[in-house]
Amino acid sequence: MEFEVFGNKDTRSGFGEGLAVLGEQNPDVVALCADLTGSLKMDAFQKAHPERFFQAGIAEANMIGLAAGMTIGGKIPFTGTFANFSTGRVYDQIRQSVAYSKKNVKICASHAGLTLGEDGATHQVLEDIGMMRMLPNMTVIVPADFNQTKQATIAIAAHEGPVYLRFGRPVMPIFVKPDAEFVIGKADVLAEGTDVTIIACGHMVWKSIEALKELHAIGISAELINMHTIKPLDEAAILKSVGKTGCVVTAEEHMMNGGLGEAVSQVLSRKYPVAQEYVAVNDTFGESGTPMELMTKYHIDTPDVVAAVKRAIARKSIII
Amino acid sequence: MTRKVQIFIMENTALAGIASQVRRDIVRMVSAVNSGHPGGSLGCTDFLTYLYFEQMQHNAADFQMDGKNEDLFFLSNGHISPVWYSVLARAGYFPAAELGTFRKLGTRLQGHPSTDKNLPGIRMASGSLGQGLSVGLGAAQIKKLNQDPTLVYTLHGDGELQEGQIWEAAMYAAANKVDNIIATIDANGRQIDGDVDEVLSLGDLQQKWVSFGWEVLHMDGHNFDSIRSTMQQAKSMTGKGKPVVIIMKTEMGQGVDYMMGSHKWHGVAPNAEQLQVALDQLAETLGDY
Repeated sequence: MEFEVFGNKDTRSGFGEGLAVLGEQNPDVVALCADLTGSLKMDAFQKAHPERFFQAGIAEANMIGLAAGMTIGGKIPFTGTFANFSTGRVYDQIRQSVAYSKKNVKICASHAGLTLGEDGATHQVLEDIGMMRMLPNMTVIVPADFNQTKQATIAIAAHEGPVYLRFGRPVMPIFVKPDAEFVIGKADVLAEGTDVTIIACGHMVWKSIEALKELHAIGISAELINMHTIKPLDEAAILKSVGKTGCVVTAEEHMMNGGLGEAVSQVLSRKYPVAQEYVAVNDTFGESGTPMELMTKYHIDTPDVVAAVKRAIARKSIII
Repeated sequence: MTRKVQIFIMENTALAGIASQVRRDIVRMVSAVNSGHPGGSLGCTDFLTYLYFEQMQHNAADFQMDGKNEDLFFLSNGHISPVWYSVLARAGYFPAAELGTFRKLGTRLQGHPSTDKNLPGIRMASGSLGQGLSVGLGAAQIKKLNQDPTLVYTLHGDGELQEGQIWEAAMYAAANKVDNIIATIDANGRQIDGDVDEVLSLGDLQQKWVSFGWEVLHMDGHNFDSIRSTMQQAKSMTGKGKPVVIIMKTEMGQGVDYMMGSHKWHGVAPNAEQLQVALDQLAETLGDY
C-alpha cells in the first residue's frame, strides 16, 4: 500500500497558515498569544491584522479570561501557547469561563507531547487530552499532519462552542490531501483491513502508516483510522471497523490514562468488548532528547505499533 | 443598531427603598435554603442597586448575550449571587418570584452565577475567584474593536485580590490602555477565615493599583451621594488611556445589625428566628417575592 506524501512540515505551521486564512476570511476571528507568537506561527495573522491580535504576555490565566470575555461582543478568539500552558496551567479558567460558560473560544495548543523534545518533561504535557475531554461542552481535536491541522483550524471557526486543538513541533510527512474536507467528529479511514483496527491520532497516524507497511509484509491486514476528533468520538466508525477486525490498537502521543485509547475502550467496553492494546506513554514523565529518540525510548514508535498489533491479534481468541 | 436604553437619575430615598427590598430578598433567599452568602451580598446591595437603577445603560427587557451598545457588568466574586439575582429581578430581567428557587434543584439561580441555564442578565459563570477582571477586559477590548462606546463594570471582593490572576489582568489593562472599564473592589476587610489583614494582608492597596497603572478612586459603599459622585467621576475618567478602579468601603452584613462587624456571616444563612429579626430591620418596599 502506498500513501502519497506532499512534503514534510510541522503541524504548528499548519495552524499558523490556517489562522492566516481565517484572518482574511472572517473579520470576527481574533487571536491571543502568551509570548510565543513565533513558536505558534501566529506572526502572519499578527502582521496582517494587528488590531485583532492581542499579546497577553506570560500570563496564560488572564489570556483565557480575556478570550472568554471577547466572545461576548461576538468575536471568535483563538488562543495560542504551548499545550502545557494551554491546559494544566489554566484548567480552572477554562473550566469556569470557557467550558461551563459555553464560550466560543478556540484553545490552540502547540508543542504537545514528547516531540517537543529537548526542553524536557516540564514542557512535555502528556495529560492534556485527558483534561480537556473530561470537560463538558469541550470539543477535542488532534489533527495528524500539516494539511489536516490547517484544515482543522479553519473548520473550528465555523463550529460554535469551546474547542481544544492540539498540535506539535516536529517536522513530519504530510499525507492528508491539501483539498481534503475536515469534518469535526468524522474519522478518516486511511486503510482498510480485516485482521486488526489501528486507531491513531496526531503524529502517531504517520507512525501507524509506517507500521502498515511492515504488517503488510508479514501478512497482517490492518485497518487504519485517523481519529482526529477525540471528542465527540466517532463511535460508529470504531464499531463498524472493530466489528470486522475483532481487535484494536490505539496509538497516541499522550498518557495511557485519559487519552484516545481510554476513550475508545469506553465505547468498546459498553458496546462491543474486544481485545485492545495501547501504544501510549505509560504513567511516566518524559525527558530531554530529540523528538524521534523520545518516541523510541517511550515506546510510541513504529515498532511499538507493530508489536501491539501482534499482541492484539494473539488475544482475539482468548476474549471472544 | 442602537438599542433602546433608559437612564434615570434617582432620588436617594427611592434607591434606599429598592435597596431595602433587595436586602429582604437576600436574607429570605439564603434562609430558605439554609445556605449562601448573605454578608457580602448585604454589603454590596447599595452599590449594585445604584449601578443597575441609575448608572448603567442596559436593557433588562431584552437581554442579549452579546451586550452590544449597552453597559456590561461582570460579578467576579460570584458567591454574592443573592444580591445580584435580587437586583436583576427587581430591575426587570426576570420575575421576582423566581428568587424563591435560589439554590434549589433545577433552578436558573445556581449557588454561583452561571450561564448554563440561560438566566437573563448573566453573561459569564463566576465563583472560582479571580477571573472576572480578565473577562471584563476582554469584553472591553472588543467593545473598542466594535466601536461600541458603552462601558464594562466589574465587581471584586477584597479577599479575591489575593488571586494572582487579578494582577495579571491589572498589568494587562494598563499596558494596553483599556480605558473603558470601571472595576470596583468591595473593601469590607473580611474573608472566610477572618480579617483580610490577618489572613493575607493586601498591603497598601491604593499604591498597588496606582503602581499597576490604574486611576484609583475611593467611595463609601453605603452612601448614595458618595456612590453617585464617585461613579460619575469614574465614568468621566474613561476614554483617557487608563483603566479605573474604585476602592469601595463597605460593611459586611450592612443593614442587619447582628451580621455587621464580623466575618461570621460571610457564608452562613440565618435560621427562621434570626430571619425575622433581620426582616424587622428592613422595610418591605416593593413587595416580597
